[in-house]
Amino acid sequence: MLEINNLHCKIEGKPILKGINLKINKGEIHAIMGPNGSGKSTLANVISGHEDYEVIKGSIYFKNKEINGLSPEERAHEGVFLSFQYPVEIPGVTVTNFIKTAINESRKSKGLDEMPSSKMLKKIREKASLLEIDSNFLSRSLNQGFSGGEKKRNEIFQMAMMEPELAVLDETDSGLDIDALKIVANGVVKYSNDENSVLIITHYQRLLDYIVPDFVHVIMDGKVVKSGDKDLAKKIEEVGYDWLKKDNS
Amino acid sequence: MAYTEDELKKELETKEYEYGFYADIDSETFPVGLDEDIVKAISKKKNEPKWMTEWRLDAFSTWKSMKEPDWPNLKYEKPNFQDISYYSAPKKKPNLNSLDEVDPELIKTFNKLGISLEEQKKLSGVAMDVVVDSVSVATTFKDTLKEKGIIFCSISDAIQNHPDLVRKYLGTVVPKKDNYYAALNSAVFSDGSFCYIPKGIKCPMELSTYFRINQAGTGQFERTLVIADESSYVSYLEGCTAPSRDENQLHAAVVELIALDDAEIKYSTVQNWFPGDKNGKGGVFNFVTKRGICHDRSKISWTQVETGSAITWKYPSCILKGNNSIGEFYSIAVTNNFQQADTGTKMIHIGKNTKSTIISKGVSAGKSQNSYRGLVQISPLAKNARNFSQCDSLLMGNDCGAHTFPYIEVQNKTAQIEHEATTSKIGEDQIFYCNQRGIDTEKAIALIVNGFSKEVLNKLPMEFAVEAQKLLEISLEGSVG
Repeated sequence: MLEINNLHCKIEGKPILKGINLKINKGEIHAIMGPNGSGKSTLANVISGHEDYEVIKGSIYFKNKEINGLSPEERAHEGVFLSFQYPVEIPGVTVTNFIKTAINESRKSKGLDEMPSSKMLKKIREKASLLEIDSNFLSRSLNQGFSGGEKKRNEIFQMAMMEPELAVLDETDSGLDIDALKIVANGVVKYSNDENSVLIITHYQRLLDYIVPDFVHVIMDGKVVKSGDKDLAKKIEEVGYDWLKKDNS
Repeated sequence: MAYTEDELKKELETKEYEYGFYADIDSETFPVGLDEDIVKAISKKKNEPKWMTEWRLDAFSTWKSMKEPDWPNLKYEKPNFQDISYYSAPKKKPNLNSLDEVDPELIKTFNKLGISLEEQKKLSGVAMDVVVDSVSVATTFKDTLKEKGIIFCSISDAIQNHPDLVRKYLGTVVPKKDNYYAALNSAVFSDGSFCYIPKGIKCPMELSTYFRINQAGTGQFERTLVIADESSYVSYLEGCTAPSRDENQLHAAVVELIALDDAEIKYSTVQNWFPGDKNGKGGVFNFVTKRGICHDRSKISWTQVETGSAITWKYPSCILKGNNSIGEFYSIAVTNNFQQADTGTKMIHIGKNTKSTIISKGVSAGKSQNSYRGLVQISPLAKNARNFSQCDSLLMGNDCGAHTFPYIEVQNKTAQIEHEATTSKIGEDQIFYCNQRGIDTEKAIALIVNGFSKEVLNKLPMEFAVEAQKLLEISLEGSVG
């Protein structure tokens, strides 16, 4: 699904990623952990095609196609979804209107007609109830005045609606209380299947109690320094990252 | 294509005026220049009664002694009023029963604009008094209106056929001497629309007029008079597009609304005059005086979507003279490239328990300047007057400006006034968020701007809202590759 080889990238001239290698197969859930400033969010942005991040070396293959050079919207049309760490507000644009526009723009790129309203509404209701979102919420302006939990739930709702092949979740667990965390995690688990892949970026392993990853990678100073299974996340939770630092040097 | 602010700016700059074309309609044009003889000639040409000619001459003599105002936040070369031709009419002044008789060039023009009369007639149920270069050439749905006793015709026709009504109300809301441009308009107005709704009648359809400027160097001086008699209701739509031009074109219209006791007038405008090219060359100068007077328990609601003109100077206002009367102003003003807009409203509270609402949305892009200027005045007699004002500005890029000049004058202690203002910028993060969801930059900007303008767009009649939304998109989007 996603194959990243020796990826180097910089922002405003400053190198952040210094040779990332990562391979995610169909049906797999991967988690990336790492201390602050290690390059986790940068990786999420680079995969989605944010222009501030300049790729200087290496390659990103998505579905066996080099996507470096594609615009963010083209990547989205290909099936890349990013759940934002800080979702933005768009006043006056309702959640429903936004998701409708997003879905129809993707359909348009594939030469499909707009989704009929009745079908769209049915899908919205189904996915909203999965994430325990009430209809009131759907007619509010996108992210405006939303609590931290509502914002993240809205991200996962959009993911469920768009049914991407690769979902990158950038610190989706931050700012969530335990109940909201469970709802969000449940949304991800329901979405995950043999045909798609999930990349979870997180500081804490608590989300991984609910979404069990097949692989866990630790990024430090722009490189993957250690890969393992879910036990690696548990060890980090217990002892932190220092032991890896020594390992690395 | 991913988005950066520079690219957004480039995109906005490359946006061209979509309706920039020139239709070759044979016109009869007066020589340039303005003096008493020209004023008389206009009046004679229109076969006006003596009182009308004198009214014009009085306005002209006042105008000569007036100075062009320089208080607006606008920079432009003052037009040379002696370089303008003050009358232009399609030569084949038609007397038409059906669209077949309309000049085929004109039909072509309308088709290009996407407002073909056939379509309008069939689909929208909108009666239109089409004003091209100042003279009405086609009026539809007259019969339906006639049954209800509604008069909807050109102001020239009204002067001929309903002189008592015109004489009674013309210049009562915007006096001849009100301001420089209103005085000029009063002297030389060429044509415009007239509407009278009799007592107790709800006008069954939206009344609509399309204005176009279509003759090189011809200023347009429209005059509109709408009278809603007691307990009547009318929704009036006005929309404009103009062809692309090199030299500046002057437009100084006057609109007067009269809402008698318990009447309601809803006046909606979509203004899309040629804004000039991306270097700020050409474009329409739009100096408009629009004002309505509310009698007891009546209501006047102004809604405007302003996307065009190089210069906009316009303050649709309400004089809330009657007790319990209501004034509303909903506005979206979009400026791009080198456009300048100084627009807003005046709410003059005179009666008791009068209420006014002002919602103003300004969107600035390119190197444009967008100013809101509004006056809320509570006179000593206006007990329990209330006003709510909200002025929001949205900026794109770093070279444009948004300004707010609210004036509040309160002379009665019982008044309640609220004013809210915000300024925001379309952020790269908002665009990226949309991009990531598969929405390209052009569509993202349209989405954000439409969201920002929603409160005002919602106030427009349905068929106009769609057109307005389209205009907002055209005004702000480039042809992104």
